Amino acid sequence: MSPSRPPTAEVSRPHPFDQTPLGRRQERMESLARSIFLAMALIMIVPLVLIVLHLLYQAWPLLSIDFLLQPPIRGMRAGGIWPALLGTIYLVLLSLLVATPVGVLAAVYLHEYARESWLTRMVNLAVVNLAGVPSIVHALFGLGAFVLFSGMGRSILAASLTLAIMTMPVIIASTREALAAVPRPFREACWNVGATRWQTIRHVVLPNSISGILTGVILQVSRTAGETAPVMFTGAVFYKAIREGDWLAYGLFDQCMALSMHLFTVSTQVPDVPEPLPYATAVVLLLTVLTFNALSILFRVYLRARKKW
Amino acid sequence: MADEAMTILPVREKRERPRWETRVEKAIEVVIRLCGISAVLFVFGIFFFVLREGAGFLLAGKLSISQFLGSIEWYPTSQSHVRYGALALIAGTASVTLLAMVIAVPFGLGAAIYLSEFCGRRTREVLKIVIELLAAIPSVVWGFIGLTLLNSLIIRFFDAPIGLNVLNGGLILALMSVPIIVSIGEDALKAVPDTYREAALALGATRWQMVYRVLLPAAKQGLLAAVLLGIGRAVGETMAVLMATGHSVRLPVSPLDSVRTLTATIAAELGEAPVGSDHYQVLFIIGILLFSITFAVNLTADLIVRGIRGRAS
Repeated sequence: MSPSRPPTAEVSRPHPFDQTPLGRRQERMESLARSIFLAMALIMIVPLVLIVLHLLYQAWPLLSIDFLLQPPIRGMRAGGIWPALLGTIYLVLLSLLVATPVGVLAAVYLHEYARESWLTRMVNLAVVNLAGVPSIVHALFGLGAFVLFSGMGRSILAASLTLAIMTMPVIIASTREALAAVPRPFREACWNVGATRWQTIRHVVLPNSISGILTGVILQVSRTAGETAPVMFTGAVFYKAIREGDWLAYGLFDQCMALSMHLFTVSTQVPDVPEPLPYATAVVLLLTVLTFNALSILFRVYLRARKKW
Repeated sequence: MADEAMTILPVREKRERPRWETRVEKAIEVVIRLCGISAVLFVFGIFFFVLREGAGFLLAGKLSISQFLGSIEWYPTSQSHVRYGALALIAGTASVTLLAMVIAVPFGLGAAIYLSEFCGRRTREVLKIVIELLAAIPSVVWGFIGLTLLNSLIIRFFDAPIGLNVLNGGLILALMSVPIIVSIGEDALKAVPDTYREAALALGATRWQMVYRVLLPAAKQGLLAAVLLGIGRAVGETMAVLMATGHSVRLPVSPLDSVRTLTATIAAELGEAPVGSDHYQVLFIIGILLFSITFAVNLTADLIVRGIRGRAS
């Protein structure tokens, strides 16, 4: 051993890039901050779980297939929710029929056609605001524009159109995201073999983003099914008698019951409703909405996992 | 072989696109453009049709603005003493929104900080899904929860005669607007460049110091936008406050007072007001007021977010 070599073995000097230990006060501060923020995040999980459990617990005695498929009886104090469920299905399907094509094409415009201009900025701003307009104002609009001005009367058609306009931003946002996920070289390759803009979109962009768009459509179902205020004055009624299991009970210009409206009715408008009934209605509505939402989330996670490019 | 490679291929004439194909292309482009512009048309349409129903009353001068905005007397169906003073309704909306924000802003921003700075990728994914589900609960279900669960809890713990009040509505609205504050707030924190974090940590700052001294000032505007969007959501919420705040038109002095908001008033009274009557038109004017408030709030938030994005690029 030569004396000139540095004594590496004896003194363990800290590596220059090692973190210096924190002071005790700092360390306590750090873990305190961490746990406070954790608590704040957890406080959001707790109500979700509590609410679902509480509703399920209260509704348990009533939940059955019969409850879904039977019409309400004795002034909505007993029986099932069939007309309301069917009404919601009609409203959701019809509003999807309108909102999906327009929303998807609007997103195609924004993502594939629009250049940076004042018009594009206006459209973007309008989409943001459309999502922010209070639901009751949408209801006033539906009443003014569809029920009265267009002469549709209070009908499924008017209510669906109102819902379609209200929830369209959802589909625009998710379609844009899906379109943005298609790499630009795909488009360029297609243009280079002589395809027009629309041919490129039709044969390359849309097929590659269709599953992302579908995620948005499922999310849209969830949103539409839960809305109450917009249908209140445009087409939904407190009560309408239809037969059990009748799938074609409503026409386009009929008024209908809706699940969300039915929950409002049985919990505030009808006296002496037995306790579990509104709970069961709430559970059906909540589970419908959450199921579709969860489906859309799962679908998105799945798509992200098997993304090829 | 070599000979073949050398031959120059004849330049082919560019194929003319058939006439109909160009026409179809043009037609489709028009349709797509129309759909794109439709969003603008809808927003104008909403403003136009709501104003159209309410304008007659305004133009006829039957409604004095000072009474509408300055009086707390709301007697729309009275026989002899009809008054349309919306001050108490505005106060109702303001009080419920204020309470909701007092609760939701710290929790929402705290959760956003935890999501973006303190937790691992797994936890973050799970928490984000929970937040999305929380945001998906329909407002009428929230209202029902306020009406039943929160109502009885408030009566028990605060010894209040009735549990449908500002506190109830504020709690519900807080839970409803937390998800939007969290997700926009997290985006704002994400937008702060990582070099800021690295610089702070390299100087020996703890994570908390970095958040407090560097991230919060840097993301200030984005966080403000998150809060504004939360306010927009709370002001416009209808069914939940209709069911949870009780129905008394007055200026609230304590959180345990029942109130009625602008949105709830429209929802509660529109069904009974005959089409075209004064009362009906006033409700549409309230609608215009709500539209203007949320429009201003959203516009401001959007400008802030866009400003940040503009600077980042």
